[in-house]
Amino acid sequence: MIQGKSITFGNNIDTDQIIGAQHLILPSIAGMAPFAFEHHDNFTTRFTPGDILVAGENFGCGSSREQAPAVLKHRGVAAVVARSFARIFFRNAINLGLPLIVCAQAAEIGELAGITINGDRLCDETTGRQYGIEPLPPFIAEIVASGGIVPFLRRKRLSGLV
Amino acid sequence: MNVIEKILSAHSGGETVRPGRIVSVDLDYVMANDATACLAVDIFKDELMADRVFDPGKVVLVMDHFTPSSSIAAADSHNRMRRFAGEQGLHHVYDGQGVCHQLMMERHVLPGQLIIGADSHTCTYGALGALATGMGSTDVAVAWKEGRIWMKVPEAVRITVKGLWPAHVGAKDLILRIIGDLTAGGAAYKALCFDGPAVAALDMAQRMTLANMAIEAGAKFAYIAADETASAYLRAAGRSGGRTFADDADARYERTLDYDVSGLAPQVAFPHSVDNVGAVTDFEGIAVNELFLGACTNGRFEDLEIAAGILAGKKIAASVRLLVTPASVDIYLRALESGVIATLVRSGAMIGTPGCSACFGGTGGILGRKERLLTTANRNFRGRVGSPESEIYLAGPAVVAASALTGCISDPRRIAS
Repeated sequence: MIQGKSITFGNNIDTDQIIGAQHLILPSIAGMAPFAFEHHDNFTTRFTPGDILVAGENFGCGSSREQAPAVLKHRGVAAVVARSFARIFFRNAINLGLPLIVCAQAAEIGELAGITINGDRLCDETTGRQYGIEPLPPFIAEIVASGGIVPFLRRKRLSGLV
Repeated sequence: MNVIEKILSAHSGGETVRPGRIVSVDLDYVMANDATACLAVDIFKDELMADRVFDPGKVVLVMDHFTPSSSIAAADSHNRMRRFAGEQGLHHVYDGQGVCHQLMMERHVLPGQLIIGADSHTCTYGALGALATGMGSTDVAVAWKEGRIWMKVPEAVRITVKGLWPAHVGAKDLILRIIGDLTAGGAAYKALCFDGPAVAALDMAQRMTLANMAIEAGAKFAYIAADETASAYLRAAGRSGGRTFADDADARYERTLDYDVSGLAPQVAFPHSVDNVGAVTDFEGIAVNELFLGACTNGRFEDLEIAAGILAGKKIAASVRLLVTPASVDIYLRALESGVIATLVRSGAMIGTPGCSACFGGTGGILGRKERLLTTANRNFRGRVGSPESEIYLAGPAVVAASALTGCISDPRRIAS
């Protein structure tokens, strides 16, 4: 179960917005993390560790930079809920063990709502509404359950499907 | 199987595959650049505890986003890449030689290959009939170690293009129009397969422009079958080989989209999303401050030549700066020797070191508050090239050159005639 308050975004949130290009050259994710969503006032002023990001279509589009999900995870984002995710961001987040939730009604969720994600249900505690969420394909779910691709591979002793 | 499924099948043991199936595929190259390689090195060493890359001839490292190093952090990062390349005995390491994708196309990619790169525009290699896609640093680190990676077999969308190309209209205008129609996430996870007589008529430079921007509609792969144009390109580059694939009789596509370029106008994507596309005539008169001709989208000799044709004997507007960056040293030399660079410099252009340049803003060309950039690059995201209060407009080389003369977004069909 994942619980937290929502920080909301629109459609097509690109990875340049999540972490600007000029910060990618910094030597560590810890060094980049303070610049996550640096031009989004709701994130910079309201976000606290454990919050859940809620967005529309195509979250994480653009650059392949894995630094984008990595800085979100480092800042303590508990999960990202969106109507859909861009492919490379999705793969990077799964590899890092950052939970991504696909929810067709994500746009109905308001700012600072209390969110509970449990199994295949998402509950907006502020409005009392319940939403269905899309299950992950079994192979992907196994990577997430392992905590990311590196622990998954360790478990498979680097001999299975990579 | 369709051609995408056949290439994936050929790299995963030869079994029949269908969309949605997850397969483990053998890779022909694994590429990373200076925006992504150091993170992959950390993961390779510290998390995977790996010693050796699977094949030092198949791991390619490119310094292109931040070279020549623009900060102490960039210089340190480049030195970490060089150290890793030395430890591993990598055969292909480039610094200041060009944008990673252009170098891959000029020196490495062959038809039928399967390649991943830690850069989203890796899909460019589909222009040569290869399958290639962008991934993050962890996937690249895993692939460095294993030489293979998991992939989901994508649905394929066929885009059939017919008609005769009008003057001053090219592949950039077509792909912007397609992205405008599909939307920024409209081809998410899919392979975009381009065919038809208007695609067959394109030279390799324009095919690369077309394939390069498939990711801007969310696509996983772009694909254009390798034909005689592709063979001639490879011969000129001193390469041969590869493998060509074709659809089986039962090949299935999720859908087919038809385009006719005959009536296509030059297109522009306006801020702050690549699918925000309209004809140049909708934007004429918007004043710009900076113009950029370059990037893995449109930094090839043919693009520079188009611009030089429009700018020859003229001066750019006093109100603008024009940055031109050839996408590779080979392009740079050809443009020097043919006089194209001299024409551009005489018109007022600044010439940059081959690399990502003002597409990424890692080495210069940064925008100030309220400034507008008109660029041949592939992304117009807010703040990508500087101030979050700046604006980025995307277009092809003819629109950029015509607009440099006037200082505002201009229709090359009017300016150049």
